[in-house]
Amino acid sequence: MRLPCPICGERDRREFYYKGAALERPAPDAGEAAWDDYVYLRENPAGDTRELWYHDGGCGAWLVVTRNTLTHAVIGAELASEAKA
Amino acid sequence: MADLIAKLPCDGLLPLSIGKATLVEVVPVALTSVSPLKGAEKDLSKAMTKAHGVGFPGPNNSNGDDAVRAIWFGRAHALLIGPAPDSALVKHAALTDQTDAWAVVCLDGDAAESVLARLAPVDLRHSVFGLGQTVRSQLGHMTASITRVGENAFQIMVFRSMAKTLVHDLKTAMVAVDARG
Repeated sequence: MRLPCPICGERDRREFYYKGAALERPAPDAGEAAWDDYVYLRENPAGDTRELWYHDGGCGAWLVVTRNTLTHAVIGAELASEAKA
Repeated sequence: MADLIAKLPCDGLLPLSIGKATLVEVVPVALTSVSPLKGAEKDLSKAMTKAHGVGFPGPNNSNGDDAVRAIWFGRAHALLIGPAPDSALVKHAALTDQTDAWAVVCLDGDAAESVLARLAPVDLRHSVFGLGQTVRSQLGHMTASITRVGENAFQIMVFRSMAKTLVHDLKTAMVAVDARG
């Protein structure tokens, strides 16, 4: 598996650390239900999924990687600092 | 105060010469981490060029030569190797002294590419990784900075605490490549 780091280029999976689903953080006053959802509840999608990866063995950037859980295709990656959730 | 003895990171480990590859320690005068302040990358590059003759390097690249070299070192991050940084840079960047924090070695020779091919998960052949190009990647299990500084020469940097592992891994690969003939 290779991930296309927007800074370094295409790199081997072992350079990266996996974090989890890329979610939009609720506002501080969004309420208990929204925060419960954000902290504990996850989708288990069959298809395209957006996840956070850290390029610790490379440039040190956090990435949002889009990949397909059915085909294992890696569709793309963008910097987490520039990504819209 | 106690009489402290300064030791190089690879003290007693290098130099090595095995088959068609040599490994020597490089001792820079100063290493400085340079991180541009938000939006200041262009001004920083100008200030670096004026003070040290090397601009701020883009991703996977380096500028300069053995006397002064600026290598790309990560996202919004470069390493100035050589002189102590000019005070003019302070206006545009966060600077930290890294001089004793890194083990710096140079792997040279016809077999250097083959040795690194056994350890790093990136393509470092000359056709895709030319003179002056650099990567932050892994060497074995260590995060490393690898820069081509000559036709067959690579500068390799890892955290100083990993110097012994660095030399051990490179030596093992050098022996293995040599055994293949």
